[in-house]
Amino acid sequence: MFRTIRERFRQKHRTVGFPDAAPVMPERYRGLPRLEMDECVPGCNSCAKSCPTGAISCEGGISLDLGKCLFCTACERACKTGAIRMSGDYRISATKRDDLVLRPGKPVPDVVAMTRELRGLFGRSLKLRQVSAGGCNACEADLNVLSTIVFDLGRFGIQFVASPRHADGIVITGPVTANMKLALEKTWAAVPSPKIAIAVGACAISGGLFATGSGCNGGAGGIIPVDLFVPGCPPHPYSILDALLKFKSC
Amino acid sequence: MSFVFSRRRLETLAPDEFRSALVARVDAGGRLVAFFGLPSGDGSRLHAVVADDARGSVQVSVAEVRGLFPSITPVCPQAQLFERELHETGSINIAGHPWLKPVRRPLAYNDFFKVEGHEIHEVGVGPVHAGIIEPGHFRFQCHGEKVLHLEIALGYQHRGIEAMLCGASPARAACIAELVAGDTSAAHTVAVCEALEALSGEAVKGDAAICRAIALELERLANHTGDLGALANDIGFLPVASFCGRLRGDFLNMTALVCGNRFGRGWIVPGGTAFGIDAALAEELRDRLQKHARDVRGAAELLFATPSVQSRFEGIGKITQEDCRALGATGVAARATGIARDARLDFPSPGYAGSGLRASVSQYGDVHARAVVRWREIQQSFGFLERALGVLQPGGQDADRMNLAPDSIAVSFVEGWRGPVCHVVLTDSKGRIEHCKIVDPSFYNWMALAIAMRGQQISDFPLCNKSFNLSYSGFDL
Ligand code: SF4
Repeated sequence: MFRTIRERFRQKHRTVGFPDAAPVMPERYRGLPRLEMDECVPGCNSCAKSCPTGAISCEGGISLDLGKCLFCTACERACKTGAIRMSGDYRISATKRDDLVLRPGKPVPDVVAMTRELRGLFGRSLKLRQVSAGGCNACEADLNVLSTIVFDLGRFGIQFVASPRHADGIVITGPVTANMKLALEKTWAAVPSPKIAIAVGACAISGGLFATGSGCNGGAGGIIPVDLFVPGCPPHPYSILDALLKFKSC
Repeated sequence: MSFVFSRRRLETLAPDEFRSALVARVDAGGRLVAFFGLPSGDGSRLHAVVADDARGSVQVSVAEVRGLFPSITPVCPQAQLFERELHETGSINIAGHPWLKPVRRPLAYNDFFKVEGHEIHEVGVGPVHAGIIEPGHFRFQCHGEKVLHLEIALGYQHRGIEAMLCGASPARAACIAELVAGDTSAAHTVAVCEALEALSGEAVKGDAAICRAIALELERLANHTGDLGALANDIGFLPVASFCGRLRGDFLNMTALVCGNRFGRGWIVPGGTAFGIDAALAEELRDRLQKHARDVRGAAELLFATPSVQSRFEGIGKITQEDCRALGATGVAARATGIARDARLDFPSPGYAGSGLRASVSQYGDVHARAVVRWREIQQSFGFLERALGVLQPGGQDADRMNLAPDSIAVSFVEGWRGPVCHVVLTDSKGRIEHCKIVDPSFYNWMALAIAMRGQQISDFPLCNKSFNLSYSGFDL
């Protein structure tokens, strides 16, 4: 017992100050891409060609779909003029799918808080059920990390629960494989209404790298209505936490 | 380490010869590391890859098979899952296999093994689990609390990764490999890169090779530390669960310091590495390593010194060395039964040359032994990183200019944190990727978990499961 207590003191207090204190992201962290139309050479297309998921389109001016983006920087490296640059901004989520499509001059994606009615129900206690539907376990790992003492999700009244019957919503990861579609539908049906759905990671939003894969459904959106999109491959825990807190708005 | 063979120079054996050669090699201590078929006319061209860990050598044998192939599983249990896979993917029919149940088609399967009798009951769990866990279905046949039999049905995560790799450019292949199993991104990416580099004739050496070993060791530290915490959590020993949960993230953050992503995405590219380590970063990493090493030591020593932890870990989820060998179980699970095999030593990549590592073993094959093996490996990884971390330049050859040798087979082995990851890449006559076979250690070890559960309390399943901590996506592909 004494040993346990001594070790507990030695390991110190480790919970981060977020959201009051801004997080320190690693210098090489790749967050929200910035697009500069002035720099873009019409007809060049090298960024679009380099992208592994087809996130970039150069038709009628450059656009980049964050919902498909793996933040791999292939486009940034392919662009000779610096029209695409990854920034260190981890706030990349949106409540509208269309907002994830970046264009030069267009406002960056934003999370709008849930309705007043939902806030009344979930604002102080939001219970979520997680469904991994073909996720590679990286999104799952960084969702799990939110419940460690570092992020301590519980202090915000958010908790992952063991049954859809106890949940107010679900968090989906993965491109929704053919073999997981039914399980996702059943889980969604088992959550009492009103309920919310959150898609975490490029796979769940758009299918990501597996969008065209034979065994996948191109994300959760075609199967259930998604209320919150958190891009990334996988999203940084701060991106997820930031999205959850803004959406819950309490 | 990787090996290349010319497809044209491989002798095509008659099916009978092929079978007896295979069985003889496995009997002589070989490990069947891949067994797959390529469509050929109305049959299949079978390829079997057997590794001799003790000699660090690999043999590939090939046979043309039409219609029925008599199963070798009855005399060589290591082949059981490969044969089921061959049967499922449709090019040939396996005859005489004891149980040809699907590998990755859980929805087409409901014929679970049933124990019958007074007071026998069945428990089904999954595919969606009571936590943030990948999907899989577990079916237990129980008598009271006691598990008589556990059957595991997987395939829910099947995304068609191997098919996606066909025709992929080297850069794209690495991008896909990063997503085989998120917690093993580094090992799978290094494995596919080493295979591609072997095919291009230019192995990665020097700084890039060391950088890759660093990525692999950071991945091992994060996962092993996380596992010790998860084991503590499953027996309700919360202090260590909390410490290790935090420390696991600290190792991921070290990886993110180098490459910007906590799972090492984008760090390893065909031909080399995309990110190097400069003097300031090397110092920061060493500094963090030292601090985290102290904290992990504190957590692990507390875990292993606590009598109630010992009594919950010891004797639970036992598997014998004999069963491990028969099933081809690898990695941590096998080392916990005394099998001293580690691909970093048996098939060392250049980054591990002169590493001074030893295979970490334990002997009882239970939860405790698997925890001990992890802790020993953690300590060795610390030592390795202390020596390896320094100024390392990024770079290597350009992936876009990589020319792969035509009509060849490359086999690569990388010791991931669970165990050896094996990638086999075949090129066609134009040097494009024609076929890939990926074998994650989980491919063998799920069966080992099922065996380890026999006779255990069903309430100990989470603990046993965590002590193996296998990959669903790495199995389902
Ligand atoms: S960073 Fe995103 S948009 Fe750019 S190439 Fe990679 S996946 Fe495509």
